[in-house]
Amino acid sequence: MAEMAQKHANVPLEYSTKQNQLNILGFWIFLGAEFALFATLFATYLVLVPRTAGGPGPEELYELKTVLIETFLLLTSSFTCGLAVYEMRRGKKTGMIGWLIVTILLGAGFLYFEIEEFILYAVHEGATMQTSAFLSSFFTLVGTHGIHVTIGIFWIIFIILQVLKRGLNADTARKVFISSLYWHFLDVIWIFLFTLVYLTGMVS
Amino acid sequence: MKWDEFFVTGEPLIYMADAAIVLTIIGIVFVLTYFKKWKWLWKEWLTTVDHKKIGIMYIISAVLMLFRGGVDALLMRAQLTVPNNTFLDSQHYNEIFTTHGTIMILFMAMPFIFGLMNIAVPLQIGARDVAFPYLNALSFWTFFFGALLFNISFVIGGSPDAGWTAYMPLAGNELSPGPGQNYYLLGLQISGIGSLISGINFIVTILKMRAPGMTLMRMPMFTWSTLITSILVVFAFPVLTVALALMTLDRIFGTHFFTLSGEGMPMHWANLFWIWGHPEVYIAILPAFGVFSEVVSTFARKRLFGYTAMVWSMVAISVLSMLVWVHHFFTMGSGAPVNAFFSVSTMAIAIPTGVKIFNWLFTLYKGRIKLTSAMLWSLAFIPTFVIGGVTGVMLSMAAADYQYHNTYFLVAHFHNTLICGTVFAVFAALHYWYPKMFGVILNEKLGKITFWFFMLGFNVCFLPQYVLGFMGMPRRIYTYPADAGWTELNVISTIGAVMMGIGFIFLCINIVYTYFKGERDLTGDPWDGRTLEWSISSPAPHYNFAVTPEVKGLDAWWLMKKERKEGKAEEPEYKPIHMPSNSGRPFIMSVFLFIAGFGLVFEWMSVAIIGLIGIIICMILRSFEYDDGYHVPVEEIQQTEARRE
Repeated sequence: MAEMAQKHANVPLEYSTKQNQLNILGFWIFLGAEFALFATLFATYLVLVPRTAGGPGPEELYELKTVLIETFLLLTSSFTCGLAVYEMRRGKKTGMIGWLIVTILLGAGFLYFEIEEFILYAVHEGATMQTSAFLSSFFTLVGTHGIHVTIGIFWIIFIILQVLKRGLNADTARKVFISSLYWHFLDVIWIFLFTLVYLTGMVS
Repeated sequence: MKWDEFFVTGEPLIYMADAAIVLTIIGIVFVLTYFKKWKWLWKEWLTTVDHKKIGIMYIISAVLMLFRGGVDALLMRAQLTVPNNTFLDSQHYNEIFTTHGTIMILFMAMPFIFGLMNIAVPLQIGARDVAFPYLNALSFWTFFFGALLFNISFVIGGSPDAGWTAYMPLAGNELSPGPGQNYYLLGLQISGIGSLISGINFIVTILKMRAPGMTLMRMPMFTWSTLITSILVVFAFPVLTVALALMTLDRIFGTHFFTLSGEGMPMHWANLFWIWGHPEVYIAILPAFGVFSEVVSTFARKRLFGYTAMVWSMVAISVLSMLVWVHHFFTMGSGAPVNAFFSVSTMAIAIPTGVKIFNWLFTLYKGRIKLTSAMLWSLAFIPTFVIGGVTGVMLSMAAADYQYHNTYFLVAHFHNTLICGTVFAVFAALHYWYPKMFGVILNEKLGKITFWFFMLGFNVCFLPQYVLGFMGMPRRIYTYPADAGWTELNVISTIGAVMMGIGFIFLCINIVYTYFKGERDLTGDPWDGRTLEWSISSPAPHYNFAVTPEVKGLDAWWLMKKERKEGKAEEPEYKPIHMPSNSGRPFIMSVFLFIAGFGLVFEWMSVAIIGLIGIIICMILRSFEYDDGYHVPVEEIQQTEARRE
């Protein structure tokens, strides 16, 4: 019995109910589906990247500086998101919310630079989705990731509101944890975007 | 856009359909109002999160879609019966074969299978419900409204006409202008959301909610097939989602993924479509294998032969199914090495499938076979499906495929697998699980009439098509000259199609007859079953199991019955059961998805945005909702359980 209680005490809050365990496993499987989704978009991009149809190609468009800033912001946000979950596990509500807000701000910063990059391509360099197969796939792949980040930001805002209203309990802890899985997933996708799209594009 | 562009005009058949739709809607509204059933409809069905009711709604929708797809099929056969026929023009014929294929695969086979999974899987594993009941309702309603969106195309705006494979550039704006192809894209996209959610739901349900003692290798075979199918769904459907989204971008927003201009790549669509499409046919066939395993072992009154081999062969099939997609377009010219790889991987699927066929045969060997309707379908499946499988191996030889490609040989092959596999299975399953769904047994005599008409009709219809294929008749032609020499076989084929239609009518008669006069199943175990769903009363109580069963081996209920004979059973002790609350939001959210989809079909962006905002609001409301459900009191459980004999 004492061992059971000990064991129970070690279970984090987000795993403390049966339904929570189901939800978290379900979300992991959903992320599996998301990987398949992005894999398809990556495959499409890699097939279409040489097809510029006389428009600008990757090496003419991509700029290391913007991409590095974006990478820096998003990777840091993933770290702060991890800190938020760490605070949550210690039962520190304000600490958790603080780090979540930092995460959102970093995510918003990432989005700012990405939108600026898109506007630069589309308005100033005339490279739109309609220009060539390469640009269609570029905007769709990077844009899908950007939309995911946007959704993530709003999602985390709503969760913060719920934590403020209800405090830290099994339900809210699960929500914070699942949204953090989502956020880290976006980070992993960005690593592939950074290497397969931007770095490869600038090298060739 | 003018009204005569919005509504499809100029075809007597369409006007008849218009009238039929209006009359049906008036009829439904009248009946619901007259009998004061609106509230009942909303509370008991539209807002339900009960997996059994959702399963029933899936199956009702699937039977309706079988009717629609079947009418399409009969129209095509009517057109092809005699040469130079003018019953349908080429455009109308193109629309009909497109909707026939799409509806039969995505809006008939898939929902029928999901319906069966919903009904059987939680009961087979001794669970109270699926892992995510709310999402389960959302799955159903997204499927329903996706199907609805696709189906209204033939009276509003015009049907898609580029085939169910929608190859580019044929499906692009230049060659398929108008809303038709958009209906295909949005209808499939919306119902695809539901499929993905169902896949996740069943994986978690099966992995996490099995009754104590039920290890993975003690699961009923249908549950195994559901698990493997769900994994395929989760990894195959995102590919379809992306492919559809990219084509939608091409058509509505002028991008160049699959177009000829802007250096797009039409063959990339074919690749993406079949990377989803081939696993998809196994998503349709693996649950069928599961059904046959259950039915054969129940009515041969024997343990399933080679259980472990059955499981591993399904796993092997699911892995291989992801590696064969190029065999759908060997003629694309990928070169010998690529075609050789996909040729061999395709042939390899015959090995695990063969293992399964022999296991069913060995299960039958020395069994005490009861020839019920469900069993007849299963017995007929074995030889007919083998014909489909063998012709599949013939098609898999890339060099020979250049001859068969796009002929009626192919048409006959895939109908031989999909009808004898999936359709026979869902009919068998309908007979088998009908008592568990409704508490009544489908009439056996009518069931057998259905079987003989449909099964013989099938062979009369499709065996001649193999020969027609060898004679060079291409698929998807709307008519042919008299001197082609195809007339006799086409007449025979049409006769078979009519027989299948008669079989379907007998199925409908059976359902109506059973509703009024069906034999009640009072035992809960009409077939002397082996798995846990037969341990509870029929129809299954809304909380499923009064006491969570304890599983001591494969065929858990069979073992329990043996123990009970030996007098080891104990008096159950009831506890309150936790249940999820109903919710109308999945329905409402799917209505908004429908609105958004409809707006995109006609490229009315304001409508699409209204729908999108509705969806987002529903999601936010869900996020802020904290509903812990309710408990079924012990008294109610005692009353329900006491009613059983």
